Amino acid sequence: MATIDIRNVRKDFGDFTAVKESSFTIEDGEFFMLLGPSGCGKTTTLRMIAGLELPTSGEIYLDGEEISQKPASKRDIAFVFQMFALYPHMNVRRNISYPLVSQGMRRSEVRAKVQEVAGILGIERILDRPVGGLSGGDRQRVALGRAIVRNPKAFMMDEPLGALDAEFREHMAEELRNLHDRMNATTVYVTHDQLEAMQMGDKIVVMNNAVVEQFGTPQMVYDKPATLFVADFIGSPSMNFLRFSGEIENGGTDVTLDGQRLIVPRHLQGARGDLVFGIRPERITLSDTGGYRGEVLAVEYLGTTQIVTVQTANGVIKARISAGYSVSRGDRVGLEFESETVTLFDEATGKALISELNAEVLADG
Amino acid sequence: MADVELINIAKSFGSETAVRNVSMTIPDGSFVVLLGPTGAGKTTTLRLIAGLEKLDAGTIKIDGRDVDQETPAQRNVAMVFQQYSLYPHLTVRDNLAFPLRSPILKTPASEISKKVREVAEVLQISHKLDNRATELSGGEMQRVSIGRALVRNPSIYLMDEPLSSLDAKLRSDLRVELQRIQANLGATLLYVTHDQIEAMTMATHVGVLREGELVQFGTPREIYEQPNSDYVASRLGLPRINLLPADVFGSTISGAETIGLRPEHIVQGSGREARVTRVEHLGDQVRVHLQLEGHTITTLSEPGATYKTGSMVKIEPRNAIYFDRDGSRIT
Repeated sequence: MATIDIRNVRKDFGDFTAVKESSFTIEDGEFFMLLGPSGCGKTTTLRMIAGLELPTSGEIYLDGEEISQKPASKRDIAFVFQMFALYPHMNVRRNISYPLVSQGMRRSEVRAKVQEVAGILGIERILDRPVGGLSGGDRQRVALGRAIVRNPKAFMMDEPLGALDAEFREHMAEELRNLHDRMNATTVYVTHDQLEAMQMGDKIVVMNNAVVEQFGTPQMVYDKPATLFVADFIGSPSMNFLRFSGEIENGGTDVTLDGQRLIVPRHLQGARGDLVFGIRPERITLSDTGGYRGEVLAVEYLGTTQIVTVQTANGVIKARISAGYSVSRGDRVGLEFESETVTLFDEATGKALISELNAEVLADG
Repeated sequence: MADVELINIAKSFGSETAVRNVSMTIPDGSFVVLLGPTGAGKTTTLRLIAGLEKLDAGTIKIDGRDVDQETPAQRNVAMVFQQYSLYPHLTVRDNLAFPLRSPILKTPASEISKKVREVAEVLQISHKLDNRATELSGGEMQRVSIGRALVRNPSIYLMDEPLSSLDAKLRSDLRVELQRIQANLGATLLYVTHDQIEAMTMATHVGVLREGELVQFGTPREIYEQPNSDYVASRLGLPRINLLPADVFGSTISGAETIGLRPEHIVQGSGREARVTRVEHLGDQVRVHLQLEGHTITTLSEPGATYKTGSMVKIEPRNAIYFDRDGSRIT
């Protein structure tokens, strides 16, 4: 299939910059997520890869060939939209075979190809049904079938599950991912849903305000966020931010918040001023003895775990702890932080300070 | 506030039965969540209590009083809908004051402005009181529409998926806020949702509805830990409970058709061999998808755990729940 290389791609619409110089590489066979809030430039990026928009500057390489100024029809990339557009007057078979017929492929070959695709998607039994009466799931499968049947170099998907309800969406997400694992086709997938991105993606690009904030595997982006934005956007509840004024030395291993000394990974970069102590909810434990304290504002039971919201001197934070731990609203509790997972940020730049935790990731930008 | 009691209530629309023989008590000061998929009868139950629909059978008592012959206004309930319905041309202050200005209530102006200030405080929208409704964000609008219910002093607050049109972040903020408001006011609240997270996190009691029937009623912990059927077991918990043939791990108990295993109730290291089909690193947890004799099983692992797709792991159940042929709980 295909490797896609995005090099310094930029897109302006008049005075408005939709995507600022962005670079990343989509490896062959990857399920690659473009994640970000609405208006961040993720769909424009996808459309540039597909050829539905042409970049203002920069290059896009598909398997080594520079294609940034080629029209969509010459790129051999299939696009699956959020609203699955099927031809309502045609049956399933004709909907799927349409792209092949319009390429002038021989009848017998088309038939075989459609049969194969229907097999992959498990829709053989509905091939001769009109698309009108199909369920949402089957419609989506047919739309996918139309994309797959062309055997393109890569698939572009723009929030294909966005319109579905939660339960069905989870089911389709799994089906899409399984389909990808069987075909191993390079897939670029746009979503604003961080959980969907974490669940389905081999790699994630997080975009915000037309800029690529970070790029990496889901676990890496989660554990070693490069910016406050990424730390906040990924995870539910998201990373906790304890804001404080203080300093950390180059080589330092602790900071002081609310009079308490808290251990952090050894820092390879010093900073002073307005800093942020970032800690994931599941890396916090409650204890009677912890020196850093707060008051419980809310307890949310979730079955195996519970989320405890705590007011501290440095802001409100959420801890995810075992559902077996007894705690109620109004309790004064001590908080312990798993020190090796702490990320410090510089409030002014929004960037993570480099430490032993994240040096490897942040070194390459 | 007041107890609300439903006694064998039923409602059909033509040949469609929406609610069948539902009985339950919503205790004074409780936060009851009705949970179920679309079409389970949640909204109809709410509308029956509000008096927006007429009962076919059964009795509804508010504060001990049979309300069958009462109009919605006489029942003194406050309802919040999914779609915030604010008056766009009015300010936040006027939107909040509106229910109190009703001629029947004859609330003095000083009382109205006091109440509006209090509610705005609780909902943290005091600084927006003079904004027009159209100048608010989605979350602020929904807070105002909740506020419009709160300014009154009803017997019960009825809320129909009030958070479902908001984005995930805002929803989680408002969940905590609603919980806090309800506790502070000591309000009685009946809340309808299909979102299990909302049910588990906010409720003092959860009622699980299935095709118009109330199939279980209890605290979130009871519902999660002691479900009385496979249906209830699969309504709560993410990832969903694994339902497998009862004998898949060998010995079983008599009459058992299905074994229910929560993802966290699968122990790795010994037992039967299952093949790893997919691993999801979600940051706070690792979801491991397994295949065992053609059955899909999802389990959890600590963050940082590594697995190879296609490799084998040994698994065995712990704290399994057994269900009979009809899906009813055995032990």
